[in-house]
Amino acid sequence: MLLIPCPYCGPRPEIEFRCGGEAHIARPQDPAKVDDAAWGDYLFLRTNPKGVHAERWVHTHGCRRWFNALRDTLSDRILATHAVGERRPDPPR
Amino acid sequence: MAQTYRLARGGRIDRASPIAMRFNGTTIEGYAGDTIASALLANGIHFVARSFKYHRPRGIFSHGSEEPNGLFAVDRGGARIDPNTRATTTEAVNGLSLRSQNHWPSLALDVGAAVDVFSALFAAGFYYKTFMWPRSFWRQIYEPAIRAAAGLGRAPTAPDPDRYQHAHAHCDVLVVGAGPAGLAAALAASESDKRVILADEQAEMGGSLLHDMSSTIDGSSPWSWLEQTLARLHSRSNVQLLPRTTAFGYYNHNHLGLLQRVTDHLVNPHPSGPRERLWQVRAGEVVLATGAHERPLVFPGNDRPGIMLAESLRVFANRYGVLPGQRAVIATSGASAYTVAADLLAVGVQVTIVDVRRHQDCAVEAAALRGAGCEVLAGHTVLSSRGRKRVNALLIAPIEAAGPIGARRLLPCDCVGLSGGWTPAVHLFSQSRGKLTFDRKLDAFLPEASVRGESSAGAVRGSYQLSACLAQGWRAGAAAAGLTRERHFKASATRTGFEPVRLLPAANRQGHAFVDLQNDVTANDIGLAVREGFRSIEHVKRYTTAGMATDQGKTSNMNVIGLVAKTLGAAVPDIGTTTFRPPYTPVTFGALAGPSRGRLFEPVRTPPAHAWAVRHGAIFEDVGQWKRARAFPRANEDLQAAVTREVTAVRTSAGILDASTLGKIEVVGADAAEFLDRMYTNRLSRLAPGRCRYALLLKEDGYVFDDGVVARLTRDRFHVTTTTGGAARVLQHMEEYLQTEWPELAVYLTSVTEQYATIAVQGPKARQILAPLVEELDLATQAFPHMSVRTATICGLACRLFRVSFTGELGYEINVPADYGQALWDALIESGKALGITPYGTEAMHVLRAEKGFIIVGQETDGTVAPDDLGLAGLIGRGKADFVGLRSLARPDLVAPGRKQLVGLASEDARTVLEEGAQILADPSEPLPMRSHGHVTSSYWSPSCHQPIALALIADGRSRIGQRLHATTPAGVVAVQVRDPIFFDPTGARVHG
Repeated sequence: MLLIPCPYCGPRPEIEFRCGGEAHIARPQDPAKVDDAAWGDYLFLRTNPKGVHAERWVHTHGCRRWFNALRDTLSDRILATHAVGERRPDPPR
Repeated sequence: MAQTYRLARGGRIDRASPIAMRFNGTTIEGYAGDTIASALLANGIHFVARSFKYHRPRGIFSHGSEEPNGLFAVDRGGARIDPNTRATTTEAVNGLSLRSQNHWPSLALDVGAAVDVFSALFAAGFYYKTFMWPRSFWRQIYEPAIRAAAGLGRAPTAPDPDRYQHAHAHCDVLVVGAGPAGLAAALAASESDKRVILADEQAEMGGSLLHDMSSTIDGSSPWSWLEQTLARLHSRSNVQLLPRTTAFGYYNHNHLGLLQRVTDHLVNPHPSGPRERLWQVRAGEVVLATGAHERPLVFPGNDRPGIMLAESLRVFANRYGVLPGQRAVIATSGASAYTVAADLLAVGVQVTIVDVRRHQDCAVEAAALRGAGCEVLAGHTVLSSRGRKRVNALLIAPIEAAGPIGARRLLPCDCVGLSGGWTPAVHLFSQSRGKLTFDRKLDAFLPEASVRGESSAGAVRGSYQLSACLAQGWRAGAAAAGLTRERHFKASATRTGFEPVRLLPAANRQGHAFVDLQNDVTANDIGLAVREGFRSIEHVKRYTTAGMATDQGKTSNMNVIGLVAKTLGAAVPDIGTTTFRPPYTPVTFGALAGPSRGRLFEPVRTPPAHAWAVRHGAIFEDVGQWKRARAFPRANEDLQAAVTREVTAVRTSAGILDASTLGKIEVVGADAAEFLDRMYTNRLSRLAPGRCRYALLLKEDGYVFDDGVVARLTRDRFHVTTTTGGAARVLQHMEEYLQTEWPELAVYLTSVTEQYATIAVQGPKARQILAPLVEELDLATQAFPHMSVRTATICGLACRLFRVSFTGELGYEINVPADYGQALWDALIESGKALGITPYGTEAMHVLRAEKGFIIVGQETDGTVAPDDLGLAGLIGRGKADFVGLRSLARPDLVAPGRKQLVGLASEDARTVLEEGAQILADPSEPLPMRSHGHVTSSYWSPSCHQPIALALIADGRSRIGQRLHATTPAGVVAVQVRDPIFFDPTGARVHG
C-alpha cells in the first residue's frame, strides 16, 4: 500500500485516497469550439507512461482536497506532491 | 506411545511440563517446547502423511516453515480445525488432536496409493492429455472426479469461533528474523532512540543459535549469548519483540504484513482475547535477516519417511532432544553436513557420510571427523533408497574418476539427512521488488539492489559464517537507525561451501526422484516439460506445478531452476526465478477478515423511521448500505397485495414514505447559481428563490450520471437532492470540478444527507394531513404551487418544506433535523389517521413512479444513456453555452439514428408482467442469432391501470410507438405494444391538486 504525502495532511496510507488519473489535462475553455476529434482526445486519451507520471489524487477520507503527484509508475515511488495551482516540482533524480 | 526416541537430557524443551496429544486417535507424548513434529519423532513416528498426487508415504522432512510433507488437520476442539497445518511450526499443546490427510481409509492403508503403482500414467500435465475425450465427459465425469481426488485437507464447515484482531504499527526499524543477524541488527538499532520492532516466526527467538551447540560468540556459548542479547533487547523501551510472528508480505513503501499467533500455544487461552493478530507495519527502514533454506538432494526414492534435510536432524537432536534414528546416513554435497554428523555422533547416533564431492574437495571437514567413528564416503552417489513406510537402507556407489558409476553397496540406516547446499530466503526481499542477482560461487540468487529503505543481512545475503552474520546484522541495524558505530564479533568458524548437484549421478535411474515433494513433481517431469517445449521457468512451473504448493517451493525452487538450466544447457541466471508472491507462509482467512465479519462486515445505515418500520412488520431491502422498508404487508398479505394496497392508498387518499436516504447537498456561496449552471443540464440561475426544479447531472461523456431536485432557498443557497446510491459520488463529482476546474468560484459544498430526515406525504389528501401541523404557511396551490420550497415550522420544528412529487400526486417532502424524524413521522400518522394515511415502501414507490414514466438512474440508465434517449432533452437549458457533458451530446455516436430510446410497453395479453432485462425482438421467427432491439428496464403490475406496465429502451423507440414487438420470457415470447412511457394521468393534472 502506497504511503502518499497529502500536501495538507502529511503522509497517509493509500486507502484514504482516490486516484483521479492523469493531471494537467485542461478542460477546454470553450468546448463548443473544439472539434470532435480534439474533444474525444480530451475525454479519453491518456499518456499512460512507463516512468514519471503526473497524476491527480484526492484525499477522500481526509481533507477531501485534490492535489497533484508525481509518481514513478515502474517503482510506484511518489516523487513529489503539490497543491493544485502550485508549480509542478522537478522530479528528483 | 512413549517417548522412546527422547534423549535423556538436553534440548530446550521443558521436561517438567509433559503433554499428551492424539495423532490419528493414538496418544503421543511430548514436552512443552516441542513442535508437533519433534513430539512425533520423539515417539518414533516418521510416517505421518500421504503425498498429494501419488499418495506415497511421507515423513517429517524439515524443522521449519519450508515443510512440504508433514501437514495435518489440527483440531483444537469445537469448530477450531485448521487443515494443512505444518507440523514443524505448530507448537505442541496438551490436548491437541492431529489427523493426517490425503488418504482413505487410513494413513497406513490408503486406496489412493494405487496411483503410485500406475504413476507412469500421471506425469506432468497428464490431465491435459488423458481426459480429452469424449469431450462431454470433462464436465460431468473427469473434472468432478479429479477435484474429489485432489486437494489436501478438508476445510472446516462450522463458523470459526475465534476472534482475530487487526493492528497497525509504525516503527523506524523493522527487523525480520531473530537469528544471529537479526538479533545483532536489533541490538544495534536499539542503541539509538528509534522505535524498533523485531519479528520472528518461531516460538523462540534465536534462529540457528537454538540448535548450535558448538560455536562460540565473544567467548560465550550460543545459548548464553542469546539469553544475554534477548535480556538486553527486553530491557530497552524502544524495542518491541514479536515472537510467533511471521512477516508474510512486503508491499509498497515499506508496508509489511505480519501474522502473530497469539494463543495457539496456550492450553487455556483467555476466551475474549484474539487468537491471531494481523499487523500492518509501516517501517522507516527494514532489515531482512530471513536466513536460508537447505536444499535436498534429488535421487530416486528421496522421499521416504525417515529422510529429511540434514540440518533438521541436528535441530531435532540439539533443540528438542530427539533422536531422529539410531543409524543415520548423511548424503551431502557440502560442508555444513559435517557439523550435523558431529552433533549426531555426540548424542550417540551411528553416522555414515556419503559425499558427492571428490576426496580433495571435502578433505578439511572429513579430517575434522577422523577418529570420531564416522565413515566418510567421498566421491559417492546415492542411487536409491529402500523401505516403504520408513527408510531402511540407501543404495550407494562410488563415482569413478572418469565419471562411470562403480559397484553398488547397500547402507542400512533408519534415518537419512540430505544436504544439497543452501538457498537464501529472498522471498520478502523479492516481494519488495528488490532486484536479485545470481552468485555463481554460492549457486544462489542474492539481494542486489533494494527499492528503498531496506537492507539484508546474514544468510539471506549468502553469508553463512556466524561472525559475518553478526557483523552484517549489526551494520545493517546501526545504519537503519542512523548510527555509524561498528562492532566486531568474535565467533568460531562455520563450515560452509557446497557443490551444487541438480540430480545425483546414476547409470540408469529407476523410480521417482522428487524435486518438489509437496506437489509430487519429479526430475523426469521437469525434463518432460522442457522436451515438450516449455522454456520459461514460469511456464515449467505452471505445467509441472513445481513450487505451486502451499510451501511455495521453499526447498525445491533452486533444484527446479537448476534442472531446467541443465536440460536446456543454459546458465541459471538466464533461466531466472519465478515470481515470489505473498504470503510467505499461509495466512488464515480469519486473520485477514479480522473483525469484519457478521454484524461488523459492513456498516448498516438506517433512516429515522426504521425502528417504527420494524415494529410495523416492514420487509426491507438493501439500497447501498441503507436498510429501506420495501413494503408494510399486513397479516395474510403477500408482497403483491401489500404493494397494491399501498399504491391505491397513495392514489386515493395519502401515503407516507421515509425518504431520508435521498442524498442531500447544500450548495452555498456567491457563485452557487453559476456553479450549478455549469454542473447541471438545466439553467438553474434562472430559478427564483422558493422554487425547485427536477435536474439532470451528466458526466463529461454526456451520459446521465444522477438526477434530483435542485431547490433555491435564497439567492446564494441551494438544497440539492441526489439519488440514494449516488449521494457520495455526486458530492465527489462536484468537488472535483469545483477544486480542479473552477477554483475561482466562491462555492461551498456540504453533505447534509444525515442531518435531515425527509418524510414524503403523497396523495390527494396530503394537504389536509399537513395543514394542521404547519404554522404560518399557506399551503394552497396559489401560494405554494407544485415545485416550490419554503422554510416553515411544522410541529414547532424548523423545516424545509418541498412541494414535489415522485408519484404524480399532490405531494410534499418535509425535511426536519434528523433526530426529530420519528416524531414528525408519528405526528403525520396521527394527523392522517382519519384520512387513511398509509405507510408505503420502496416497492410501491417504484410502481407509482413507473406508472408516471419517471426514470430511476441506474435502472433506466446504465452509464450509456443520454438525456434525449430518456426523452428528457427538455431539461437541457436552452441557449446554455456549456455545462459538464454538453459538448459530448454532439458527439457523432450520440446524434446518430438508431439509439435506444425510453418507451412504455404493454403486454397484449394484459396479464404477463415482463421480466426486467427481457430482450425485445421484432420478429420471433427470425433465425438465430436474433437481433435484440432493446431491453426492459422496469416492469410491474400497475394497480392504478389494472394491467402490467413496463419501461424499455428500444432502438428508435419513439418512432415505433404503436407498433407491435415481442419480449422474451422464460416461457417463450410475448407480444407487446410500444407506447408512451406515461401510463397514468398523462396530462399531469393530479400533482397540482
